[in-house]
Amino acid sequence: MSNKTLECDHCGLPVPAGLVEPGAERQFCCSGCRLAFDVIQDSGLDQFYRIRERVDEPGRPAASSGRRYQEFDDASFVSLYGRTTSDGLATIDLYLEGVHCAACVWLVERTPIVISGVAECRLDIGRSLATVVWNPDTTKLSEVARFLDSIGYPCHPFRGAATREIERRADRGFLIRIAVAGAVAGNIMLLAFALYGGAFHGIETEYEQLFRWVSMVLSLPSVFWCANIFYRGAWGSLRTRTLHMDVPISVGILAGFGWGWVNTIRGQGEIYFDSVTVLIFLLLVGRFVQRRQQRSAARATELLFSLAPTVARLIVDDEVREVPIQALVPGSLVELRAGDTAPADGVVQDGVSTVDRSLLTGESRPVEVTIDDPVHAGTVNLSGRLLMAVRTTGENTRVGRLMRMVEENARRRAPVVRLADRISGWFVLAVLSLALATLIIWLRLDPEHAVDHAVALLIVSCPCALGLATPLAVAAAVGRAARRGILIKGGDALEELARTGRMILDKTGTITEGRMAVAQWTGDEWARSAAAEMEAQSSHPIALALSTGSHMTPHPAVEVMAHPGRGLTGIWNGRSMVVGSPAFVVEQGAQLNQSFQTHILEVVKAGLTPVVVAADGEVAAVAALGDKVRDDAAASLERIRDLGWSLEVLSGDHPSTVATVASGLNLDGRGGADPEFKAELVKRAAAEGRVVMVGDGVNDAAALAAATVGVGVHGGAEAALAAADIYLSRPGLNPVVELLEGSRRTLGVIRRNLFFSLGYNLVAVSMAMAGLMHPLVAAILMPLSSITVVVSSYRAKTF
Amino acid sequence: MSVVYIALPAVLLLALAGVIAFVWAVRSGQLDDLETPGMRILGDDEEPPGDDRP
Repeated sequence: MSNKTLECDHCGLPVPAGLVEPGAERQFCCSGCRLAFDVIQDSGLDQFYRIRERVDEPGRPAASSGRRYQEFDDASFVSLYGRTTSDGLATIDLYLEGVHCAACVWLVERTPIVISGVAECRLDIGRSLATVVWNPDTTKLSEVARFLDSIGYPCHPFRGAATREIERRADRGFLIRIAVAGAVAGNIMLLAFALYGGAFHGIETEYEQLFRWVSMVLSLPSVFWCANIFYRGAWGSLRTRTLHMDVPISVGILAGFGWGWVNTIRGQGEIYFDSVTVLIFLLLVGRFVQRRQQRSAARATELLFSLAPTVARLIVDDEVREVPIQALVPGSLVELRAGDTAPADGVVQDGVSTVDRSLLTGESRPVEVTIDDPVHAGTVNLSGRLLMAVRTTGENTRVGRLMRMVEENARRRAPVVRLADRISGWFVLAVLSLALATLIIWLRLDPEHAVDHAVALLIVSCPCALGLATPLAVAAAVGRAARRGILIKGGDALEELARTGRMILDKTGTITEGRMAVAQWTGDEWARSAAAEMEAQSSHPIALALSTGSHMTPHPAVEVMAHPGRGLTGIWNGRSMVVGSPAFVVEQGAQLNQSFQTHILEVVKAGLTPVVVAADGEVAAVAALGDKVRDDAAASLERIRDLGWSLEVLSGDHPSTVATVASGLNLDGRGGADPEFKAELVKRAAAEGRVVMVGDGVNDAAALAAATVGVGVHGGAEAALAAADIYLSRPGLNPVVELLEGSRRTLGVIRRNLFFSLGYNLVAVSMAMAGLMHPLVAAILMPLSSITVVVSSYRAKTF
Repeated sequence: MSVVYIALPAVLLLALAGVIAFVWAVRSGQLDDLETPGMRILGDDEEPPGDDRP
């Protein structure tokens, strides 16, 4: 039998040896992937895999949750979260987990082909929202939800409809302003061509006056409606005594319009309507691009619903009933079968089992629970049946409070101060004083044209290119980064990442692989294969560690019995085997001699977990299991340190394990940190200086939201990804290095853009002061400076 | 050149029609999502026959 690691046919990740089916045509790494693959094939949608290859995106294991979604068929559900359309159909927005790639868009939008009665299914990948339009008379919404779940996209009703409506209306208003500003600017430019031509070759006064008046009237909607945003910003800026870029913008626009208006009425002198309206248009575009780069706040209730189940098994009069979790009250008795997720916080009343607390600790090593032990909402019950008494529900559970913390931290975070904003202060002063100087000087030399020159200066010094410099550089960089698997939600984070500060890293899943693996094997080699056979059927992390990558033998293990939390017994190759913790093995009758005992103590001291293999009463080997540090970790962390960041580890794992990992990488480390502690520490650090948090688990989410910049790594939980500003879709720490280096280059492009724009302004201002700034020259210089910034941004190789 | 008195209003009316069309497009939600439409073009190719299944 070969040792080759097979790849899952759905997601491409390695298949654990215990789940390999010899002789089967297809292999899968988990039941979720198998289900997704089958559903995709049966629906005739296997083009999905070709598309994914074409887009060159890494696969993720299908996160099917297996829920029935029965509550989606409730009459109140559609009226609460969706609405009916005019032609009798119903429409609803569903939040989908796991949609991060272009191929996912294709797959999700093919739902109408698979399920009759669904008229349309459109995915908005930026918000992970699928808008489903279906016929409620012929098709059940739960069927749609189950299909989406089966292909790997669990769904939840979208609860943020109100805020989204407000955002949407604001965005639409902006687009309409841009359209009006553009239409006005374009047409005034045409009229201006005629006037410039007339200035050189002669034009009848009648038509000249006509064009001047039409230009002025046309510019009214642009100057007094579209540009309101800048006037409001300038007014706010003056009131708070901070000089924002909106001030010189407003001054330039109003001075240009005002003087042009005066000259139109006078019938003589220069008019500047073309420059002013083009200015308004370009600045609005720049502002729009900037808005879209601002970080979107994480929504607590969204996140919570992706973590806790929506139904619970309530025990009423000795009978089990499935109820929505809203029906749970403190004191309710709930049944948790093996594999169920706890719906609320509570205490175990009956039963013994092991529980996966990775939600709160970041460690997937199962924890034993028995009567009187606490149970937390969102944790998964693994082995046995438990009865729990509910203590707190919904938003008051520990995970509910954590999600609220995420939302609060994201909201309270100080906005990023952009480089461009910092220079706008003295820029304003410089422009205003130069304009004044120009006015005074020319009033002495040539009073008739003095105001012309001063107004021309105000217009050409208007920070048009300056307003485009940062947003365009960032937008271009974000686009390039996305193609390298670095998904940036908040573009203004790039400027922060280009500098230095403190970087706090989570341990499990970030610095380490997040899986247990055999670090050391002391003893007979054949015992290794034997242990692999014994553990082949279990999905416990320790079992996966022992069975993956080991030689499989021709003898399968039989009569394997699992003793939860302690080990396995069984028969292999005629020998009676015990694989488990040292205490368990001794209990089963094997003897541990002195050298093995010392060895086990060393293993524990090194922060690893010892697993003993015994055959026929004799100890054959001791395995030391631990979470392996990633191969690229040391090199990547060194490069990050070279870039000037101070590094530290903050983990929920045992302090001794964390200390071992940290010292091995030459870092400061701190273990035993629960999610609340992590969030507090990061929040305090962010108040003092620049802090970047790198993490992957739900237990990192609140800290990610509190950091100056939060980075979610590959394989991370949905809640962590929602809370982070940046998501790295490739595994390892190398993408973090790429992110930092790319951010530096982006800041370089921003500086270059600012340099160009200021250069143009300098030339233009000098010409205006010298009296050489004809409106035609201004009309040419401004688009030219903007185009320079555009080219500079989009040709830059930032990522 | 007095044709300008006809041409100019005509041009402006055209521009107005353009703006109205854009406003309609925005209001009917066609510009709400500027990211996903870029990804939708990927799926429309017809694969040539005889391609290997994954």
